[in-house]
Amino acid sequence: TAGCPFHHRPSASRSRGRNYEAELQRCRPEVALVEFGDYHPLKPIMVTDTKTRHGARKGSTSSSSSSSSSVPPDPLSSMLDGTDPLSMFAAASASETPAISRSRKEKEEEAVGADFEPWSSKRGEILARFTTTEKLSINLFMGSDRGKAPSPGSSAVSEKVRTRLEELDDLEEGSQRELLNLSQQDYANRIEELNQSLKEAWASDQKVKALKIVIQCSKLLSDTSVIQFYPSKFVLITDILDTFGQLVYDRIWSMCSDPRPLPDSFTVDDVNDTAKETCLNWFFKIASIRELLPRLYVEAAILKCNRFLNKSGIQETLPRLTAMIKGIGDPLVAAYTRAYLCRVGVEVAPHLKDSLNQNFFDLLGTFRQIGGESVRKQLALQRVEAPEYLTLYSPAISWILQCIAYRAPEDYVNCAEIWVEFTCRHFTKREVNTILADIIKHMTPDRAFEDAYSQLQSVIRKILTYFHDFSVLFSMERFLPFLDMFQKDSVRVEVCRSIMEIFIKHQLDLTRDPVILNAMLHICKTMHDSVNALTLEDERRSLALLIIGFIRMVSFGRDFEQQLSFCVEARATFCNLEPVLVQLIHTVNQLAMETRRVMRGSHSRKTAAFVRACAAYSFITIPSLSSIFSRLSLYLLSGQVALANQCLSQADAFLKAAVSILPEVPRSISVEGKLRSSESFLLDFTNNFLAMLLVVPDHPEHGVLYLVRGLLNMVQDYTWEDNSDAKVRVYVSALPLLAAMGQETYVYSVPKVDSNETLYGGDPKFLSEINKLCETLIGQILDHLKVLGRDEGTRRQGALAFSLFGVLLAHGDLRNNKLSQLAVNLWNLSHKHGHCEPRVSVRTLEFVKHQAQQPDMSHLSDTVQRLTLQSRT
Amino acid sequence: MEGVVNLQLSSKSVGVFEAFYNSVKPIQLISSNIEVAKAGKIPGGKTEIPFEFPLHTKGNKVLYETYHGVFVNIQYSLRCDMRRSLLAKDLSRNCEFIVHCQPQKAKVAPTPVNFTITPDTLENTRERSLLPKFLIRGHLDATHCVISQPLTGEVVLENSDVPIKSIELQLVRVETCGCAEGYARDATEIQNIQIAEGDVCHGLSIPIYMVFPRLFTCPTLETTNFKVEFEVNVVIVLHDDHLITENFPLKLCRV
Repeated sequence: TAGCPFHHRPSASRSRGRNYEAELQRCRPEVALVEFGDYHPLKPIMVTDTKTRHGARKGSTSSSSSSSSSVPPDPLSSMLDGTDPLSMFAAASASETPAISRSRKEKEEEAVGADFEPWSSKRGEILARFTTTEKLSINLFMGSDRGKAPSPGSSAVSEKVRTRLEELDDLEEGSQRELLNLSQQDYANRIEELNQSLKEAWASDQKVKALKIVIQCSKLLSDTSVIQFYPSKFVLITDILDTFGQLVYDRIWSMCSDPRPLPDSFTVDDVNDTAKETCLNWFFKIASIRELLPRLYVEAAILKCNRFLNKSGIQETLPRLTAMIKGIGDPLVAAYTRAYLCRVGVEVAPHLKDSLNQNFFDLLGTFRQIGGESVRKQLALQRVEAPEYLTLYSPAISWILQCIAYRAPEDYVNCAEIWVEFTCRHFTKREVNTILADIIKHMTPDRAFEDAYSQLQSVIRKILTYFHDFSVLFSMERFLPFLDMFQKDSVRVEVCRSIMEIFIKHQLDLTRDPVILNAMLHICKTMHDSVNALTLEDERRSLALLIIGFIRMVSFGRDFEQQLSFCVEARATFCNLEPVLVQLIHTVNQLAMETRRVMRGSHSRKTAAFVRACAAYSFITIPSLSSIFSRLSLYLLSGQVALANQCLSQADAFLKAAVSILPEVPRSISVEGKLRSSESFLLDFTNNFLAMLLVVPDHPEHGVLYLVRGLLNMVQDYTWEDNSDAKVRVYVSALPLLAAMGQETYVYSVPKVDSNETLYGGDPKFLSEINKLCETLIGQILDHLKVLGRDEGTRRQGALAFSLFGVLLAHGDLRNNKLSQLAVNLWNLSHKHGHCEPRVSVRTLEFVKHQAQQPDMSHLSDTVQRLTLQSRT
Repeated sequence: MEGVVNLQLSSKSVGVFEAFYNSVKPIQLISSNIEVAKAGKIPGGKTEIPFEFPLHTKGNKVLYETYHGVFVNIQYSLRCDMRRSLLAKDLSRNCEFIVHCQPQKAKVAPTPVNFTITPDTLENTRERSLLPKFLIRGHLDATHCVISQPLTGEVVLENSDVPIKSIELQLVRVETCGCAEGYARDATEIQNIQIAEGDVCHGLSIPIYMVFPRLFTCPTLETTNFKVEFEVNVVIVLHDDHLITENFPLKLCRV
């Protein structure tokens, strides 16, 4: 041909003349015509069983024999003999199977990762475990293969191989071959020989024979005699199926390797028509295998080949094969078929989980078969006990479960979530701990826990439902590590919160258990540390309440020092939550009082030092609070506690501190989110404070009534609201205190603390100090009343005058004419503008009259005469 | 190129219908001859000679799909003859090619066919009283089937006094050859597919699934001279080898 590039062209042309088409042809492997029928899958295998049961009659029939007189010669095998046109098509593209590089195979296996325990590591284990000393048999029925062709290319086949193949040919003469009395080792050897024969038949292009070997081997799996060996038999025979699957796959793959090898990630579009046709033929051929078990196993073995035909092939085949297994009556055979299907499925398409799950559910669905009559009979016949029989299932079930669980954190955690409840209900903390450890193991890689917070939370909830004893709960080693998986702040806090809620609800006894304390501190700290500037007030409050709930349950019993140091630690840990600090101060105050109770009021040197330490704790903690009223009331309370414990200078310090921060009280404060005047709170506090001052002895280095004066000075200097009577009200309130201080015996006192009554012992100087102070106060009050009269504040004037009248009546000595006159004037003033409630006035008068009848009170009769009720008109 | 329907009478029918034995001769559907290379010398090496045939039928004949049966065979083939000089032998090579009809546009809406089999539903029983009790339910998703799609359905062994041995699907071809004088009708098995083996779990739905084998099935065919029809038998083999068969005629089409 003129354009042939091989011709030497002696021209001077610079570029060589090219015929690209021809070059391409040259690069292709030489097309050698193969005798059709030699290797092609569509060749004779189709129907090897000719005991046809003829059923061409219409309607249902029944006969008691399977024999039929009208059996025609098997039309299929005769029809296919060498005339199959499809074989011919495929033959046109036949070429030698190139060796598949090792690396490619390895890459393909990486579809399941290194974290998947491979079948290869299981198989040895199974072979070693399921053994027998009974004699085994292999029953091969190779069917008739009349038109067998001599193996082509025999020069390429070694002498040994040829001999073996010839043996196989003998075996194939339409007859059955039964190998009896095999020991276990013999059996394994025979199967391995078959495996070799398979490879040799394949290598010598006897594909049909290869398929026959595989079918016959699969059939052996329906034989359950010597049942205790069945798992091992499964291992040996599925090796052959694996070999076959790989051979077919590699063969079709190599058909597409022209002009360049298929990439691993090839798609259907990369596969040429010839390869597709060959592949399709394999599937057609397998679809016509008569018996169920070999059809299932062989189709499963070449599952991967679906990749050559269409995208969804594997996805559609797996559920179909799974459903087909329901047709297998023997439960053990069915279980192992499922295991094989899962094995192939997980290798080829690890992402397809549905069929794996379905296999497991179907397995459970047919579990009743195990106790059925057929199985019982079989076991009786083989003299195998039921418990031993059940262990035969374990490799299959464990493999299926391993496949299901592989890289299935979601599925895994859904199961674990259910399992943990079962375990909690029926087992002890040890088993629950094991589950927790397992969950941690599964959920930690790749931070899988991030997608499973709701399930993990549910695990915690379930544990908390069943374990209310927190010493047991926290003694599970993996409980806190489990909590560490909640790394998203909001979830973490929510989990801690749920634990705390259960704790508060169910922890009825005070505790000092270090396990509980450590764990709870950890949990509370987590909650505390979640608080930041953006945390809502509500959230803060509820977290604080939970932490307070914990602190209130902590008690070290008589070990007060330990308790105090716990409070010290807690203060450092929870410093951002004010309510918690308040609680800690209360706790410490309570501790001091408890110490006092234990010592029956008389402290030893040691306990005295301890209660002073408590006072010190409160004293340095209170200033860190931002709420002024919390500070004030805690100073007052801690002062009272200090006084009760005979810590005079500490009590002084508290009260002085309280007085000194009074000017800081703002005129309005926020109460439940609304701004309100602080006046009433402040009045309440000063009244409380005044009541306390009665029992506080004067400090020897300060003047008489140092604290009272200090308070009143602060009250005077405080910037009260305009038009407010508050300051004067404090003055009115101070009068009863001063009156009480002048008594010989005080109305109340603190045991073992000498109040001013004892200190001064009714010293006239002291009394005159009191009187002076009273005069000053009354003077101030009267001045204020005058101002009110001017400013048209007559209603306020009346009320204030009336309250001062009340104080004078109750505490004043009205024998003093001046005072008596003042009282009458105040009465009149309060009634001057008719703002007085007449009923109150009437009742007051009745009270005074009644008082006048008491001994030593007759002077009141005069006064009462002068108190007149004025009608409003 | 040639397309032929070969009809053959079964051995059992021959005696009965010997009278018209001769009338069954091959029906030629298509036949055509072309010269692909003129006389001359073909150079050494590989030579490819393109050719094409239009598939025009003879007269009003129709091209049927390729079908390999027992008594009916529809085959299309190419034969290439190379005449050579006096001293060399002529060369000849034969090759079958497959004909599929254009799929019809029609859409087949599957109509499921339910069945229930109990001892009372059986015909053709001599010893009904000897039969064990059983109840088998099931359905075929369709009996009007697309040839390229599998036959599907399910069967449930609801209960049975005796264990069953096997459930099988038997695909049967029914071939009728005949003419004015009479006809022969023969049913033979194409394939038998086991779908259950052994004492299957009661109440479980076992899938019915069978791929129609290529070449051995074709769309159901009815002509004046011959017919090719298909049926499927659901066969239940009881433990004592009792056979229970439920027959379903199929209609195959290509859509």
